[in-house]
Amino acid sequence: MSGHRPTPDHHRSPQPGEPMTGAQSLVRSLETQGVDVVFGIPGGAILPLYDPLMDSRSVRHILVRHEQGAGHAAEGYAQATGRVGVCIATSGPGATNLVTPIADAYMDSVPMVAITGQVASNLIGTDGFQEADISGITIPITKHNYLITDPADIPRTIAEAFHIAGTGRPGPVLVDVAKDALQAGTVFRWPERIDLPGYRPVTRPHSKQVREAARLLVQSRRPVLYVGGGVIKARASVQLRRLADLTGAPVVTTLMARGALPDSHPQHLGMPGMHGTVAAVTALQKADLLISLGARFDDRVTGKLSTFAPDAIIVHADIDPAEISKNRVADVPIVGDCREVLDELIAAVEVEFAAGRRTDLASWWAQLDAWRKTYPLGFAEPPAGELAPQRVIQRIGEITGPDGVYVSGVGQHQMWSSQFLPFEKPNNWVNSGGLGTMGFGVPAAMGAKVGRPDSVVWTIDGDGCFQMTNQELATCVINDIPIKVAVINNSSLGMVRQWQTLFYSERYSNTDLHTSVGSRIPDFVRLAEAYGAVGLRCERSEDLDATIEKAMSINDVPVVVDFVVHRDAMVWPMVPAGVSNDDIQIAKGLSPTWDRED
Amino acid sequence: MSKHTLSVLVENRPGVLTRVAGLFARRSFNIHSLAVGPTEHPDISRMTVVVDVEELPLEQVTKQLNKLVSVIKIVELEATASVQRELLLVKVRADQQTRGQVFETAQMFKARIVDVAPDSITIEVTGNPDKLDSFRQLLEPFGIREMVQSGLVGIGRGGRSITDRALRSA
Repeated sequence: MSGHRPTPDHHRSPQPGEPMTGAQSLVRSLETQGVDVVFGIPGGAILPLYDPLMDSRSVRHILVRHEQGAGHAAEGYAQATGRVGVCIATSGPGATNLVTPIADAYMDSVPMVAITGQVASNLIGTDGFQEADISGITIPITKHNYLITDPADIPRTIAEAFHIAGTGRPGPVLVDVAKDALQAGTVFRWPERIDLPGYRPVTRPHSKQVREAARLLVQSRRPVLYVGGGVIKARASVQLRRLADLTGAPVVTTLMARGALPDSHPQHLGMPGMHGTVAAVTALQKADLLISLGARFDDRVTGKLSTFAPDAIIVHADIDPAEISKNRVADVPIVGDCREVLDELIAAVEVEFAAGRRTDLASWWAQLDAWRKTYPLGFAEPPAGELAPQRVIQRIGEITGPDGVYVSGVGQHQMWSSQFLPFEKPNNWVNSGGLGTMGFGVPAAMGAKVGRPDSVVWTIDGDGCFQMTNQELATCVINDIPIKVAVINNSSLGMVRQWQTLFYSERYSNTDLHTSVGSRIPDFVRLAEAYGAVGLRCERSEDLDATIEKAMSINDVPVVVDFVVHRDAMVWPMVPAGVSNDDIQIAKGLSPTWDRED
Repeated sequence: MSKHTLSVLVENRPGVLTRVAGLFARRSFNIHSLAVGPTEHPDISRMTVVVDVEELPLEQVTKQLNKLVSVIKIVELEATASVQRELLLVKVRADQQTRGQVFETAQMFKARIVDVAPDSITIEVTGNPDKLDSFRQLLEPFGIREMVQSGLVGIGRGGRSITDRALRSA
């Protein structure tokens, strides 16, 4: 049922140097850039683009059901492949519907180009029909943006947009194109080189800084490698592993870095932060040296900043100099691409070791192992007959395996996914970290599957999240994109409910979703079927494995599984907002007891 | 809080001013004054921004500014190594009795009279911010009717130009 075959050649596409319309020039630019897929919805202002787009032999356009879905699909595609994701919308409300995914891409440094139609240039600023100042609106949430009114600018602008989106610290770039620019005549000229005097990312680290970092590392008695999303974006997993093996240092991976080092690696302590493992959180608190690689000291990781890692010297390596010393002063700042930094750091550490400079980490590991052993990740068994959401997610991961691509929504189910799925490889985990956008799951999974068609793609979604963007199931069915959706259905806005349980005396204000307790509004199985997908339901733990296996056996259409789970399951451990990481809780009102001789 | 003067070279394109001003607003950096105008290069404009920050946040200000693709280069203009000027137009009350004293004060500051009315005088004066502050204080007893002050502009001392020096940001 796919519909992307271009029409037979009655419109022969003009060649470069030949006169053509702005719209043809824009399509040619996307082709020259090597774009293979775009997600979008046409409309009045962008309409001229869609005619030549139909004939493109290399750019596949997938028609979505909401522009927000197009934006998140572009993100999912980008996170799963490392390539720049592309979405297209018309002016006015089409463009404003892209604001959420653009802001999401900005927060998580996802490479994305958003192309929006704009009213004709003589109407700009007159409150024209479907006019919105999308360039103005997205200034704070894009790496850069452009408004094109002269079609001659189209090829250069597209080349620059992709360059900015995909290099340095990746991020979203918006290109707003006035309708008359699409309709006017122009000549296609691809720029010979990119000339952006205000954009010169530094990727090569300063060797002196790296040597200093190595010197500190070999002297440190309690080092920790604090690994963030930048390591994944730099495609530096192999190098990270080499550094870990070489130094024997413990590693923590943030929410955006899960999979950068295999969870099964013996030195991996788990995820740090608000819902991180006790071992990871405590290791950071007790460290005497933090080597931060592509991470940004986000408040979810640090807890109360003034009490974060109080004894640690900070080595901060990042491609974005503005992140260094933004939240925590860096003793050794290193601006550079994580892969280059790691290569140089490994070499510098080897030099130190060869000179006999090395510190034994045995007593640090004794402590770390004790924490790991005493406070492992786990979950409370639900009342008899009810399904534990954590177990559902864990079994999906075990049955699908580490080669699966896992996407999630936002909330409790996201935290359990980050804790219980098998992360062994980079780019197999797609989620909304910095902005935390509910509704990310289904469209992002769609984009991820388009980018990785040979992988099994699961989205672990919540019943609240799923209701925000599930219309993209139609897109998936029509375009042969067989994603698998696990709705972790606790009939609630689970994370908010958890906070109400802990901090608002169980006063559940507006968190009851009526999706499994007392009613099924909507009935997710029937909803899936209405879209042409397969709908399954699992309510008992005896049926869990069989349901997952059944979902795994269907690969021609999307599958939605309504997992009805225990409503009062909680995410642990937890460091409440604004609190010190020292006060991590492992259950309600329960914190680890620390030995006096720490 | 201390004041720092940043000279920022930016692309000469529509919307650049709003990008810079927006950045300052959303990061809660305090702008004391902002002046923007052309340079000797047609594609480059120059913004002179006086920010009110402590040392550490100034580094953040310049690093965040550098992230803007429209920003080409940032240099801090130290007071001792640059010439910094502002323009002040002030309308001061002056009648037959006091007109002479107002004239004298203006002369002392090398200011110019640009408008005269039966009961007021408008004076134009340029100088560094301290000079303008002193001038204003001296005029206050006469009664200041209206006042408008431009943003600060500055240029480095010595022969070299900000545009042809090797890239060295603040």
